[in-house]
Amino acid sequence: MIADVLTIAWKDLREVLLQAGTLRRSLRGLVFSFLVFGVFLPLQIGPDLVREPAAILPFAWVPLLLASGMVADGIAGERERHTLETLLASRLSDRSILLGKIVAAVAYGWGFMLVSALVGLVTVNVANAGHGILLYEPVAVVLLGGFGLLGAGLVACGGALVALRAPTVRQAAQNMNLAIFAVVLVPVLVLQVLPLDVRRQVVTALNGLDWVTIGVGAAVLLALADLLLLAAAMARFQRARLILD
Amino acid sequence: MSDCAIRTTDLTRDFGKLRAVDRLSLEVPAGAIFGFLGPNGSGKTTTIRLLLGLLEPTSGTATVLGQDARTDPGAIRDRCGALLEYSGLYERMTAQDNLEFYARVWHLRPAERRERVRDLLTGLGLWDRRGEIVGSWSRGMKQKLAVARALLHRPALVFLDEPTAGLDPIAAAALRDDLTRLARREGVTVFLTTHNLAEAEKLCDQVGVIRSGRLLAVGRPDELRAQARRDRMEITGRGIDERVVQLVGTQPAVEAAEMGEGRLTLRLRDGQDTSPLVALLVREGVAIDEVRKGGADLEEAFMALVGTDA
Repeated sequence: MIADVLTIAWKDLREVLLQAGTLRRSLRGLVFSFLVFGVFLPLQIGPDLVREPAAILPFAWVPLLLASGMVADGIAGERERHTLETLLASRLSDRSILLGKIVAAVAYGWGFMLVSALVGLVTVNVANAGHGILLYEPVAVVLLGGFGLLGAGLVACGGALVALRAPTVRQAAQNMNLAIFAVVLVPVLVLQVLPLDVRRQVVTALNGLDWVTIGVGAAVLLALADLLLLAAAMARFQRARLILD
Repeated sequence: MSDCAIRTTDLTRDFGKLRAVDRLSLEVPAGAIFGFLGPNGSGKTTTIRLLLGLLEPTSGTATVLGQDARTDPGAIRDRCGALLEYSGLYERMTAQDNLEFYARVWHLRPAERRERVRDLLTGLGLWDRRGEIVGSWSRGMKQKLAVARALLHRPALVFLDEPTAGLDPIAAAALRDDLTRLARREGVTVFLTTHNLAEAEKLCDQVGVIRSGRLLAVGRPDELRAQARRDRMEITGRGIDERVVQLVGTQPAVEAAEMGEGRLTLRLRDGQDTSPLVALLVREGVAIDEVRKGGADLEEAFMALVGTDA
């Protein structure tokens, strides 16, 4: 089963990375993205990128956007391009097909985020040469590694569920983007509309919290949400149903 | 394994009120190229999906390569290849990558993968273009590649759903030749659906005719032709009018008589002597140019079967 999962992931990654036909053409697209997330943003943020853990938050957009796009293309796109039925007629199990697509989306989103963060680190060091070697705080490394992975998993599993219900890639991507914006923006908007004294109480309460406990709790919650969405996607990913869709 | 690659008994599939496959009982011998003929919407694709275990039957049974399609569909798919309604190729990937992917799916070892991909692409005249993106290819080339993909893991049985549909006559003939050659060389059983009668006649050892989900006839193409030959008589000449058609239609040997395209076509009852019919026409003043008993090709046999059922 693991070999089958990796085979599907290999195909999905290869299809996305080499979609322009050659590695050279695809690299041009990737280089542009690295310029934005690995050079432009770190230059804007400056040395705070490594001093303030919160400064790495822009990197969180990378897995959100890439993993959602990839899983939408991998499921709704295969159905739209009439390649899914042939895949379903092969020896692969439903589970290995779905897991392969999720693994590919996670690897793409999370991997791209880690590489962007590394390129960003090099950029900050080059731009601030003479101040010694600048490195991320340990908490930032945990956030990038652990939460980046769990976040990419959440988006990939949720995206799979959305893509299974969407008739086209475009519809799946639209639904995913709406969901992501809702999850990210709603808490911010809610905070904005709260009365000032309530907001102060929230900030005071947050300052008094044990961040390690919160971090572990959040990671557990994220992992549970990942598993829940994965189970739901597996229940929905059934050959006979997909054929009739 | 028995000498039957496929055996179905009263296989039925309903979609709501629509019965797509209706009590289909069929046997396909191992090693044969079997043509499943029928007009669009007759249940051919649904039958393939049932045989591959992609859909569950409403009732009846299907055994493919000795495995029950309802209880062990995975084992069936493990030993079958398929070219379904669409080629199923990844158009953003190269031809070689498409085959490489499916070779991995079927767990071919790296050395075997390389050899098999090279062998099939060379055999189909596609080796020099293996590095091209499939999306830029003609439909004929894509279908060839899809056939290669279906045969990649040396399946015991391959399903081909209208493999030449949408191809120009030259590309279709080329694909037919490749298909026959590869199928014979690999010793694979082929279950092929088509509504192209000429194709079925050239390719198939056996054909089955399906309409509205019901199997109307099964046999070798020449057997079906012979069946049509026995049952039909065509007469051309002058003086065949409505009165003559009605008169002939009342004769004991004649089941039905109709006039069309300048000739009188009679559907005959089994075992009846037809010489009195010719004498009758002469007596009625018909100047007969030609009497043709039988001479039907597969298309006429097919039309007779489908028409009879309609």
